[in-house]
Amino acid sequence: MSENKEEEDPRINGIKTKIRVVPDFPKKGIMFQDITTVLLDPKAFKDTIDLFVERYRDKNISVVAGIEARGFLFGPPIALAIGAKFVPLRKPKKLPGETIFEEYELEYGSDRLEMHVGAVETGDRALVVDDLIATGGTLCAAINLLERVGAEVVECACVIELPELKGRQKLKGKPLCMLVEYR
Amino acid sequence: MFAVENGLQGDPRLQAISDAIRVIPHFPKTGIMFQDITTLLLDPVAFKHVVDIFVDRYKHMNISLVAGVEARGFIFGSPIALAIGAKFVPLRKPGKLPGRVISEEYELEYGSDRLEMSVEAVKSHERAIVIDDLVATGGTLSASILLLERGGAEVVECACVVGLPIFKGQCRLKGKPLYVLVEPNQLDELTF
Repeated sequence: MSENKEEEDPRINGIKTKIRVVPDFPKKGIMFQDITTVLLDPKAFKDTIDLFVERYRDKNISVVAGIEARGFLFGPPIALAIGAKFVPLRKPKKLPGETIFEEYELEYGSDRLEMHVGAVETGDRALVVDDLIATGGTLCAAINLLERVGAEVVECACVIELPELKGRQKLKGKPLCMLVEYR
Repeated sequence: MFAVENGLQGDPRLQAISDAIRVIPHFPKTGIMFQDITTLLLDPVAFKHVVDIFVDRYKHMNISLVAGVEARGFIFGSPIALAIGAKFVPLRKPGKLPGRVISEEYELEYGSDRLEMSVEAVKSHERAIVIDDLVATGGTLSASILLLERGGAEVVECACVVGLPIFKGQCRLKGKPLYVLVEPNQLDELTF
């Protein structure tokens, strides 16, 4: 995947061709990477999940944390396939129980990511999943939440990376696995 | 229709699923006993039971489209779609889906909200199911059915993990059958 450029898995190109780029969404100048078109192709969707599952099934991952909402599309099937817990990381006030939160920067202002208290424990080995990494702000908040409760974040996994935004540098030294780059 | 009424009476998986759901009283407001499925997701065995039961039901029904209601419907709908080889279509709050969408309004207790679907999601005559974590009034599922039908799909069934007891028997939404695994838990049934 992202580390073996010499021999890219043939499934990756199939996934890449299914991603739809929508210009000027949600605002002018942004070339939005739409993964819903990948979900419309059962083979491409399955290949996406299989690539991650193959990578993580023997890494003793006990928690897959998915970032609302598109992380909820990829995280749960990965968690189920590797026998890990799935933990949703959500926007404020969505989770009903006691939560902890981490703030992160937006272009204008800030937002928060929340996690249920007790969902993740010291010693859990965690994977963070989202559809895309841009600036890395949300993933950084996710890493912080997991580390605060004593989990070890093993890796972040995204379908798409926008490398020019240098999100990799915001991951507190954690490795990133991605399938498709968009420049 | 509940799973116990349709072949799964005595299936221990249903008890395991019910036991894994936490009740949070007075969320999001006083009087509501919120059925928290996040504790189910922390139990890989129970989570897998949910997906297995739905997959066993739908895998031979020629379903080509699984629609999931944002956001908790994504968590259950996505693995079901993958397992039965169907496409997954997210039904989302306004403004989240890029490209051309159709939208359907539905009633809340106070006011209303909208659900959107991408126009490219559905091909004519596709057989679809709709997944959400819980059905209460049926407003969101009804809006989902209408969106899919407007797109040309045939909605075969709606399926939820938790449903109010009024959905026993032949209760239908917009004429479509409903399949539910468990009833809501009461507060004293689980401490977390």
